[in-house]
Amino acid sequence: MEVGKKRAVSFLLGLLSWGVALVFFFPIFWMVLNGFKEEIDANTDPKLVFDPTFDRFDEVTSQTQGLLGFREAFMNSVWAVSISTILVLVLAVPAAYALAIRPVAKWRDVLFFFISTKFLPVVAAILPLWIIARELDLLNTRLVLIILYTAMNLPLAVWMLRSFFSEVPKELIEAAQIDGAKLRGQITSVILPIVAPGLAATALLCVIFAWNEFFLAVQLNPVDGSTIPIWVTSNVSTRGNFLAKLSAASTLATLPVVLAGWLAQKRMIRGLSMGAIK
Amino acid sequence: MSQQTDRAEQVKRLQRREGWRRRLPLVPALLFTIVVTQVPFILSLWYSLTEWKIVPPEPRNFIGFDNYVDLLDNRFFREAVWTSVWMTVSAVLLSLLLGTLLAILLDRKFFGQGFVRTLLITPFLIMPVVAGLVWKTQVFNSSFGVLNWLLDSLGFERIEFVTRWPLWSIVSVLVWQWTPFMMLIVLAGLQGQDQSVLEAARVDGASSRAMFFQITLPQLRPYLELGILLGSIYLIQVFDYVDVITGGGPDSTNVPYFVFQRSIGGGWQFGQASAYSIVVVIASIVIATFGLRVLSNLLEGEKP
Repeated sequence: MEVGKKRAVSFLLGLLSWGVALVFFFPIFWMVLNGFKEEIDANTDPKLVFDPTFDRFDEVTSQTQGLLGFREAFMNSVWAVSISTILVLVLAVPAAYALAIRPVAKWRDVLFFFISTKFLPVVAAILPLWIIARELDLLNTRLVLIILYTAMNLPLAVWMLRSFFSEVPKELIEAAQIDGAKLRGQITSVILPIVAPGLAATALLCVIFAWNEFFLAVQLNPVDGSTIPIWVTSNVSTRGNFLAKLSAASTLATLPVVLAGWLAQKRMIRGLSMGAIK
Repeated sequence: MSQQTDRAEQVKRLQRREGWRRRLPLVPALLFTIVVTQVPFILSLWYSLTEWKIVPPEPRNFIGFDNYVDLLDNRFFREAVWTSVWMTVSAVLLSLLLGTLLAILLDRKFFGQGFVRTLLITPFLIMPVVAGLVWKTQVFNSSFGVLNWLLDSLGFERIEFVTRWPLWSIVSVLVWQWTPFMMLIVLAGLQGQDQSVLEAARVDGASSRAMFFQITLPQLRPYLELGILLGSIYLIQVFDYVDVITGGGPDSTNVPYFVFQRSIGGGWQFGQASAYSIVVVIASIVIATFGLRVLSNLLEGEKP
């Protein structure tokens, strides 16, 4: 009796979890579905049954003279995201080394300085950044976004990588030292293999944040050099129906990050909690 | 004698060299961070003490703290501050509550657990601009939105949610995106629990409610604090959602959006807008002071 009751409760709780998950996922499911509809099917009472079509995807990716095209925005995003992520790693890996493996005297203070820059709201820096970018002729260029996305993700990367680096056993490094391995050897043969998964998770989070970034892009690159988030908003029109088109555009824009996130979900939690929690 | 001082000096020099060798790898990252994040902030402070209109260009005048005095009388600014406070506090607390409940639901074995978790974290991966637009046009919209279709089929009046409750519409989308994040953090806390303590309590015959409130919840505390900290830091800066859902207006313009409207968004009053943005900084410092304590508790005792 008792066991049967327990099993029933457990079954109901499982069912509840499924129900909540489906509700949470529904808007995304609906967005993807609407992308495959004709405008007339999207702009009506919700329809589950319809003739699916790829036309909206063709429409949003086709080029129109003088308007921001998908390919252009996609390439701008790819450039800004990939170069900034590489820069972040180039700067953060040595920093994490100096905070975890052969730590400087006040490593805690340095770490706090990095993370405290994340507490500074971007809005407090945007006006000077805009002025400086204008003076240097950097408005509407990829370069300005590359620099700022690097700065945006660097503290997070330093914080995460320090926690991954601090897990490398000291004895292994010492053993390599005794075997006569130079710094480069220690890094490539001992440290890197251990921190590689953490490095990948860090890079992935930087990619996600940079890919989804809108505030800086819309302030500094509203015309040329615009990225995917701006392209998505350009599919909202004040005339005519645009729901299906917007859905197709949204699906394309979110797909890379959602796929990457699904693949890395287990490690991501650690990154999101900034490596503070093991 | 002199040999000894020589030796002492040599040791000191070696130590100093070693210190610098350790510090060197930090220098590029530190320099970059200081130049790109601290310098603009100091410039912002300076701008906030001036009267400066950019378009059409007017000369910059130093006016001391006048911008800050004016901001106290500015009704629109006061409204933006309240909107910011409401938006941040309600979104953080609601998503933390929902996230905790979901984490407890997921922290047990059931059919398709991994798949359910994947479905639940997906909203957090969605580009904020897309989240705002999808909710606005396909969930809230009075003619084609799913929510209104539901209301209609249940026999209620259709509601244009975004115009009727702009703030709560934005908060709903924020909660939808941040609940998965809070859930992941709390889940990490639940799974990191000391199982032996729970086992001992069970053997002693503690009820599951008592175990939750007296053992699990205190253990979760640092995780909940971390969730509140990270959530507030990100949500106080919300801009994307306001821009695509309402495009500003009473009850939805928060301080970051207000700064934008008064400057790059068309006002071009860089001096005044800088003063507004400094207020966000002060709020962030308050959160950060609390936050750094939380973080240093987490790091306590950890030796590199």
